[in-house]
Amino acid sequence: MSKLEFVNGSKIFKKNGQETVALEKTNLSIEEGKFVSIIGPSGCGKSTLFNMIAGLLQPTTGQILLDGKNIVGKSGQVGYMLQKDLLLPWRTIVSNIILGMELRGVPKKEAEGRALPLMKKYGLGGFEYHYPNELSGGMRQRAALLRTLLYDQDVILLDEPFGALDAQTRLMMQTWLLQIWGDFKKTVLFVTHDIDEAIYLSDEIYVLSPRPGRLKEIVPVHLPRPRDENTLSSDEFVHLKQKLLGMLKEDQERLQKVE
Amino acid sequence: MRGETENVVVQKHATFEKNKAIQKEDPFIEDEELKERRTNRLSVLGRVMVGVLLVVAWELFTRIGILDSYYWSSPTTIVQTGITSITEGTLIQDLFYTSGATVLGFILGTFIGSLLGLSFWWSDLYSNIAEPYIVAFNAIPKLALAPVLVIMFGIGFSSKVVLAFLMTVIVTAVAAHSGVKSVDKDLEKMLFSLGAKRKQVFSKVVVPSAMPWIVSSLKINIALALAGTIVGEFISSRYGIGRMILYAGQIMDTDLVWLGVVVLSMLSILMYLGTVWLEKLLLRGQVTQK
Repeated sequence: MSKLEFVNGSKIFKKNGQETVALEKTNLSIEEGKFVSIIGPSGCGKSTLFNMIAGLLQPTTGQILLDGKNIVGKSGQVGYMLQKDLLLPWRTIVSNIILGMELRGVPKKEAEGRALPLMKKYGLGGFEYHYPNELSGGMRQRAALLRTLLYDQDVILLDEPFGALDAQTRLMMQTWLLQIWGDFKKTVLFVTHDIDEAIYLSDEIYVLSPRPGRLKEIVPVHLPRPRDENTLSSDEFVHLKQKLLGMLKEDQERLQKVE
Repeated sequence: MRGETENVVVQKHATFEKNKAIQKEDPFIEDEELKERRTNRLSVLGRVMVGVLLVVAWELFTRIGILDSYYWSSPTTIVQTGITSITEGTLIQDLFYTSGATVLGFILGTFIGSLLGLSFWWSDLYSNIAEPYIVAFNAIPKLALAPVLVIMFGIGFSSKVVLAFLMTVIVTAVAAHSGVKSVDKDLEKMLFSLGAKRKQVFSKVVVPSAMPWIVSSLKINIALALAGTIVGEFISSRYGIGRMILYAGQIMDTDLVWLGVVVLSMLSILMYLGTVWLEKLLLRGQVTQK
């Protein structure tokens, strides 16, 4: 059985009296423990899809099933992390990280007891009692991801988490994310528009196409794990990259013709 | 033999001089803190000197008659009047009366105003309905209502508190409302995605986000509250610095008027420092973010 399913889901917005299809009827089925990326140009409904899965938006049609149970309109069922780190500036890093547990009513001492060793292990040691503004962008994203992980849901959604980082930090963070994913065995849904990033990280890539947003193709990635920098120059990597670039280019040409 | 030793001594002396010269030529190290400390020390000195100069000039000009001491009084007379008012009059009681009404009105106004402003987060409908009334109430010159309030609440302590309260409550509400409007929507979204309930989003994101706005209104509020209290005392009162000034004016005792003004100024400065301290307390953690 799939961990997370999106059955016949669609979303239509109405603005200025005109209906816009943000996402046509789409079916997703994600297996437990997989790392799945979603790529596509802006306006392809990536964020809409995520907001629906996170329970922050109601789909126009369709069901969202988590372990076979419908979670439409229910927030807090999956971990969700956005491009901005969204750390509360008036809280120290550790108390930011335990926010999810705190909201669930876990006592502060116990929550910190779980968070502190993880912070050490995943590169935030020594910054526990600093404030977010004292940390670099990469560090802040680490803290935001740990907060999402410690919320203890099996599925986590990452919406372009490394979009705002520079190339070098980005590569470091990707490797770091793979390490964490291996340790925690979560099911990950990852939005990006960086093709390299999608191939490097994923088991499967869902390619979305814009206006109206819809699922175009599912591309499996069979690169062996663990992956490292050498993966980035392997033949299969390059081959996949060309294939995906081709798909995105088709969309671009189609849109230009329409305009 | 002797010449040699002399020679050695001279040489030694020469190297010593040389070393000294080298030592004198300190390497230049950029030290922002040192510069800042120097500027700070100089500005404190400058400030004190300007103050002293003004007081001395005031005293001098009234003595030699450039300023008429009947209207302008003089620093020494004011101090003397102050001492008699403390020992023989009721200056201390009046001071407590005025500052008590001000602080109480300020606390009530700030607290209730904050609650009112923050409450607008809960519902857009409620906030939209209330907004024009907040603007309208803000536009009413509250001091003009003072005579009615004194009739309503009597000439005692409470009418002064009510005036101080009315002066501050809407200002705070408007500030807190602006704070609420500026809350980062993504922060709210993030909390909801972590399964937070509305009241948790309110206490963990909305209140701390709006805090700098509320705090920024404190300094203005304390001055407004004082103005409210004094006008209340002007209208009708048995105690207070405001009443003392009014009385002094009626019997044309300008020295006493000046004393009242000086005491009020000092009270105002003291309360201002109080709000600075309060600001630090309320923005703990947030100050470090800047």
